[in-house]
Amino acid sequence: MAQPLVKKDDDRDEEVEYSPFFGIEKGAVLQEARVFNDPQLDPQRCSQVITKLLYLLNQGEAFTKVEATEVFFSVTKLFQSKDLGLRRMVYVMIKELSPSADEVIMVTSSLMKDMTSKTDMYRANAIRVLCRITDGTLLTQIERYLKQAIVDKNPVVSSAALVSGIHLLQTNPEIVKRWSNEVQEAVQSRAALVQFHALALLHQIRQNDRLAVNKLVSSLTRGSVRSPLAQCLLIRYTSQVIRESANNTQTGDRPFYDFLEGCLRHKAEMVIFEAARAITELNGVTSRELTPAITVLQLFLSSSKPVLRFAAVRTLNKVAMTHPTAVTNCNIDMESLISDQNRSIATLAITTLLKTGNESSVDRLMKQITNFMSDIADEFKIVVVEAIRSLCLKFPLKHRSLMNFLSNILREEGGFEYKKAIVDSIVILIRDIPEAKETGLLHLCEFIEDCEFTYLSTQILHFLGIEGPKTSDPSKYIRYIYNRVHLENATVRAGAVSTLAKFGAMVDGLKPRIFVLLRRCLFDTDDEVRDRATLYLNTLGGDGAVVETGADVKEFLFGSLDIPLVNLENSLKNYEPSEKPFDINFVLKEVKTQPLAEKKAPGKKPTGLGAPPPGPPSTVDAYEKLLSSIPEFANFGKLFKSSAPVELTEAETEYAVNVVKHIFDSHVVFQYNCTNTIPEQLLENVTVLVDASEAEEFAEVASKPLRSLPYDSPGQTFVAFEKPEGVPSVGKFSNMLRFIVKEVDPSTGEAEDDGVEDEYQLEDLEVVAADYILKVGVSNFRNAWESMGSDFERVDEYGLGPRDSLAEAVNAVIDLLGMQPCEGTEVVSPNSRSHTCLLSGVYIGNVKVLVRLQFGLDGPKDVAMKLAVRSEDETVSDAIHEIVASG
Amino acid sequence: MELCPSIKNILLLDSEGNRVAVKYYSDDWPTNSAKEAFERAVFTKTQKTNARTETEITMFDNYIVVYKFVQDLHFFVTGGENENEIILATVLQGFFDAVGLLLRGNEDKREALENLDLILLCLDEIVDGGVILESDANVIAGKVDSHSMDAGAPLSEQTITQALATAREHLTRSLLQ
Repeated sequence: MAQPLVKKDDDRDEEVEYSPFFGIEKGAVLQEARVFNDPQLDPQRCSQVITKLLYLLNQGEAFTKVEATEVFFSVTKLFQSKDLGLRRMVYVMIKELSPSADEVIMVTSSLMKDMTSKTDMYRANAIRVLCRITDGTLLTQIERYLKQAIVDKNPVVSSAALVSGIHLLQTNPEIVKRWSNEVQEAVQSRAALVQFHALALLHQIRQNDRLAVNKLVSSLTRGSVRSPLAQCLLIRYTSQVIRESANNTQTGDRPFYDFLEGCLRHKAEMVIFEAARAITELNGVTSRELTPAITVLQLFLSSSKPVLRFAAVRTLNKVAMTHPTAVTNCNIDMESLISDQNRSIATLAITTLLKTGNESSVDRLMKQITNFMSDIADEFKIVVVEAIRSLCLKFPLKHRSLMNFLSNILREEGGFEYKKAIVDSIVILIRDIPEAKETGLLHLCEFIEDCEFTYLSTQILHFLGIEGPKTSDPSKYIRYIYNRVHLENATVRAGAVSTLAKFGAMVDGLKPRIFVLLRRCLFDTDDEVRDRATLYLNTLGGDGAVVETGADVKEFLFGSLDIPLVNLENSLKNYEPSEKPFDINFVLKEVKTQPLAEKKAPGKKPTGLGAPPPGPPSTVDAYEKLLSSIPEFANFGKLFKSSAPVELTEAETEYAVNVVKHIFDSHVVFQYNCTNTIPEQLLENVTVLVDASEAEEFAEVASKPLRSLPYDSPGQTFVAFEKPEGVPSVGKFSNMLRFIVKEVDPSTGEAEDDGVEDEYQLEDLEVVAADYILKVGVSNFRNAWESMGSDFERVDEYGLGPRDSLAEAVNAVIDLLGMQPCEGTEVVSPNSRSHTCLLSGVYIGNVKVLVRLQFGLDGPKDVAMKLAVRSEDETVSDAIHEIVASG
Repeated sequence: MELCPSIKNILLLDSEGNRVAVKYYSDDWPTNSAKEAFERAVFTKTQKTNARTETEITMFDNYIVVYKFVQDLHFFVTGGENENEIILATVLQGFFDAVGLLLRGNEDKREALENLDLILLCLDEIVDGGVILESDANVIAGKVDSHSMDAGAPLSEQTITQALATAREHLTRSLLQ
C-alpha cells in the first residue's frame, strides 16, 4: 500500500521539474562569468559558472560572436588558478568555444606551459586543446613537444598526442608525416590504447603507399598486437591488403586468410566479429573459407546480448544474398529469432530466412511471419514484403499462399508506403507468374473497394484496364470498377471510366453493357469524368452498333505516351493560342540524363506500378526558343537534338568558350557560348571562324556575330551549316575566335573608342554519329524488342581489343552510340566475365532504334561484342553498325 | 570505407527525451535543430524497448544506435552503418559504467544534472573528435574523478577564509536545492 503513495510523491516532484539549472538564463550566466576576472579566484564558484555555460551550450543555446569572445577572454584568466578541477573545465570550455585565430594567441603560451608541465593530466589535456584550436604556423613551434609526447611513458599523454596527430593529419599532413619514427615506436607500446591510436595514425600516414601498408600488415599479423581495438584495425587493414592484391594471385591460397581465421578464436568478441565479417566480405569468398566465419556467427545468434545477435544476423543477412546455402545451417537458430524482443533483429532474421528458405519451409515460415507482422513498424513490414516478393518469384509454385499472405496484410492497417509496397509486389507477381494473375487481380479489386489512397486506386484501375480484359472472365471485374464510379472522388471516378472503356474496346461481348455504364457517367458532377465518358463513347462507337474496335482506337486507349511529360508540359506552356492547332509531334522526345542524386537510391528501381521515368526538366525548350527567335535559322525546321556543351578552352583562360551542337534535319547550328574573364577588356563583333575542310559534307550557310561581350556576362555567337538531308554526316571543325578588343578603365568601367582586332585559337570540334541519335528510353525493352520484329534486324560481331575492364568497354560503346541505356543495364557487376546491355534511341528522321549489346571477355583483357540492332528502317540498322565499325 | 572506428555522437537524454548532455563528433547534423530532430527520432524509436538489463541496438537512417537505460537516464551511442556493432557497444558500456561510478550508484537525472561537470568531463575523456580515446569505465572515471578529488583534497592547505567560503558555497548550494 505504501508504494503507490511514494510513487505519487515522485510524480509530483517531476512535475515541478527539479533541476539545478531550473530557470537558467543566458544573460544572467554571462553576468556571473565576471567572477572569472576577480583578483581572488574562487575555483569552486568558477567551476560552477563554467558548468552553467557548458550547460547552455549543450542545450543548443548559441552565443553571439561578442558574447563568445567575452567569455573566452575571461576564461583565459582562469589559467592563474592552480586548481586541477577548474583547469580541467577550462580546457573543455576552450574547446567548446572554438576560438578564432587571433583569440588562440591569447591562450597559446598558457597551454604550452601546461604542455611541458610535470603533471601528466595537464600535459595530455593541453596537447588535445592546443591541437584542436591551432593552425599550421603554431604547429611547427610545438612539433618538438608533440613528438616527445608520442613516446611519453604515460599512456594518457601518448594517446593524447597520437589522437591529435590523427586529426591534424587532415589539415597539416606534411608535418604529421615527419613523426613516423615516434609513431612506429608507439605501436610497440604495452598500453593497449596507445597501440590502437599509434596503429591508426601510422596507417593513415602510409595509406597511399601500398608497399608500406603491406609491410606493416605482414609484420603485425605475426602477432604483437594486444589491444582488441588495435586488432580490429589490423583486420580492416588486412582485408584491404587482400582486396588490393586479389588480382595478382588468381590461384592458390589467399594471403593472410590464416590470420583472419585465427582471429575468430580471439578472446574479445569485437575481434571475433570483425574477423568473421571481414571473411564474409572477401571478394569471391569460397564456401570453405566461409564455414569457420559462419560457425562463430551462428554462436552469436544464440547469445544473450542483443548487440551480438543483431551483429550476427545482419552479417548473415548480407551473406545470404550471395551465398544462401552457406547460411542454411543457421536456419534453426534464425527461426527462434523471429520472436526476438528486438524488432530489428526479428526483421533481419525473417528476411534472411526468406532468402535461404527452401520450398518446403515456406508455409511454416509464413505462419510465423503472420503472427509477427502485427507488432512491427511499417518500415520493417516493407522489408518483409519485398523479401516475400522475391521469394515468390523464386518459388512460383508457392504463389497461392504467398499471394494470400499479401492480400491479408493488404487489408490490415498501414501507411501509404507500406500499402504501395504490397500493391507493387502483387502487380509484379501478376506479371511474372501467369497462374497468379486471376487471384491477384481479384485481390486488387477487393482492395480498391476500401482503399483510402487515391494514387493507389487509380494505379490499380489502370492496371486492371490492361490486364483485366485478357482474363478468362472479364465481366467479373466490371462490378468492382463501376462501384468506383459511384463511391469515389473525381480522380478515381475518371480513372474508372477509362478502365471501363478499355474493357469495352477489348471485349466485344461486353460492349453493350459498357455503353450503358458509360452513358450513366455522362451525368457525373465532375467535368473530367463527363469528358472522358463522352470521348470514349464516341471513339468506341457508342451509338449502339456493336462494331469491331479499330486498331487506331486501341492504340489510342492502350498506347503509351512516348513523350516525357515534362517536355509535353513545357511545350503546352509555350503554345500560344492561334489558328494553328497544337501538334504533339513537335514535342521533344529526348529524355535528359537524370541527375545523379536520383540514380543513387538502389533497390528503388521503378518496378511496380507507376514506373514511368520521371522526366527531369530540360534545357531543350530554352534552346528551341532561342534558335527560333533568330531569323536566319527560322526555316531550318524542327530542332532534332541539342548536345551537351563541349568545352573549347581550358579552364581559367582569358576567354571561356563552349559549344552546343544543334542538329536539324538538313542543317547543323553551332552555338558558341563565350565568356570574357578579363575585367579590363570589352570584346566587340565576336565571331568564330570555322574551318570545315575536314568536314566535306558541310557547307557554311549563315553566321550570327555577337555584337559586344563585356566582362563576365556570357554571350552567344552562332554558325550554321548545311548538310545532306537526313544523313548523319560527321566531320571535324577547327575554330578561331575573332573579335575587336577594347581597353576598359576598371575605375570608371568605360571603354576606349579604338579597338584592336585579335584572334584566339579554340580547340577543334567534332560532329559525331551520336549527335544524330536521341536518348529515348522505353519502359519495357523486351516488349519493344519483340514488337519491333526482326525484319530489319542486323547482327554482327566485333572485337574491341584490349580494354581496362568490361565496364569501361560498355561505357565506351554507350558513349559512341549516344543512346539511352534501359533497365539499368549500363551497370556492369564487378568480376563478371560477360554482360548484356540494352539501349534505345531515336535516329534522325524519327526512326526508333533498339540495340542489344552482348559483351564477353575473350582472353585476359580482350573484349568481344555482339551487336544486334532492330529498327523500323534497314538503312538505320546498317548505319548503327557503321557507327560501331568506324568508331 | 572509414577504416578507423568512429563514433558519430554520444547522447544522454532523460525519460522524456530532453537533453542531459550530448556530444556530436560528426557533421552529419549541422544545426541544433537537426541534432534535436535526431534525438527525438532516437528517443521515440527506443523508448518502448527494455534496455535496462542488456544493451539494446537498432538501426535507422543508415545509423547504428546502441542504447541502455537506467532509472530516468537514457544512454545512446551512434555509429555509421558499417561500424562494428560490438565496438559501439563497448563505448556505450564504458560511458554507462563510468557515469555509474561517478554518480556513486545514484544514477538518475537529478544526480546527473547536479554533477553535470563530471558528466561533461566524462564525455571528453571517452571520445576525441570521433576517435575512441578510452573505453574502460574505471579508467575514464578515474581520470575524471582525480580532478574533483584533487580539488577537494587540499582542504587542509586552504586558508580559513577560503575554507569558510567553500563551506558557504556548499551550504548555499544545498539550500538552493
